[in-house]
Amino acid sequence: MAVPQLVMYEEESKLISVVLERLNREANSKVVFLVDKNGQLISAAGDTKNLDTTSLASLTAGNIAATGGLAKLIGEKEFSILFHEGEKDNIHISIIGQRVILVVVFDTRSSLGLVRLRVKKASDELKTIFDGLLAKMEQKEAINVESPFAEITDDDIDGLFSE
Amino acid sequence: MSFINYSSKEINCKIVYYGPGLCGKTTNLQYVYGKTNPVAKGKMISLATETERTLFFDFLPLTLGEIKGFKVRFHLYTVPGQIFYDASRKLILKGVDGVVFVADSQVERMEANMESFENLAVNLKEQGYDLDKIPYVVQYNKRDLPNAAPLEELKNLLNPKGIPEFEACAATGEGVFETLKGISKLVLTELKKGR
Repeated sequence: MAVPQLVMYEEESKLISVVLERLNREANSKVVFLVDKNGQLISAAGDTKNLDTTSLASLTAGNIAATGGLAKLIGEKEFSILFHEGEKDNIHISIIGQRVILVVVFDTRSSLGLVRLRVKKASDELKTIFDGLLAKMEQKEAINVESPFAEITDDDIDGLFSE
Repeated sequence: MSFINYSSKEINCKIVYYGPGLCGKTTNLQYVYGKTNPVAKGKMISLATETERTLFFDFLPLTLGEIKGFKVRFHLYTVPGQIFYDASRKLILKGVDGVVFVADSQVERMEANMESFENLAVNLKEQGYDLDKIPYVVQYNKRDLPNAAPLEELKNLLNPKGIPEFEACAATGEGVFETLKGISKLVLTELKKGR
């Protein structure tokens, strides 16, 4: 298939959380989250309670996809950084390793310069983690580790729709 | 492709509703949204024009339940049906796990159905998918209308390979959940195979 399936393990998930938490703190931002290019939320840090992170993830991916389409039309590979400025809140979006999207939501307590600086550092760390994750996924595939869902039965699937 | 998160014990899958303009893709999602337990659904997002034509996509996250301790979550998307939104349609197919082709049963929409069907195959191919391999079902919508074409004719045109198919009337909800269940089964069966 075109895009390999993304799998997130406990170990990498923890590493990512640490990086996001620190980024959120150091950038003085409100929320930081990481999204797959397909619109799946991978991880989030900060004040996510009042935020619809699922919708945010989907729209962010749509946004990146649309600007990526624009980029191709003018002969660019992609626009790796997007910035949306609002009256109070702003959104900084960047693509990491052509695979995942890092989103930082911040207000007047921070600044674009600070966010860009901190994002740059965090991006490198996240890229390393994802490179490792991809290698791990390939390795598992090579030795043919059985999917935990190999034993799903038709009854399991029917059960989901029993209501 | 699906996203398996061992850390939060979740499987996320993406299902795209495809079809010609005004065939009822958004109506399908609206019905599902209206009938789903509030705990099991997120907000439905519609990026539409002022005249309620889908401009980019509709999005509806659903939590179906648990399998083997993993929460099964489906993200339902629709594409804009109007021909000139092709660039947007391609983007939405990225990372798709299953496709529902919604056909408009009305005789005069047959050409539009065919065009959209061929467009689906081309756009999937561009993303590296094969319509013969990806989980995929057909829904014949608007069966209640007096000018609906005979089922046989629709089958011949849109489902020569005999994939799972469903008759529906999305406005009243008939066939909507049957279709969703049909595609979900195929997607989960694919997951079972490993990839």
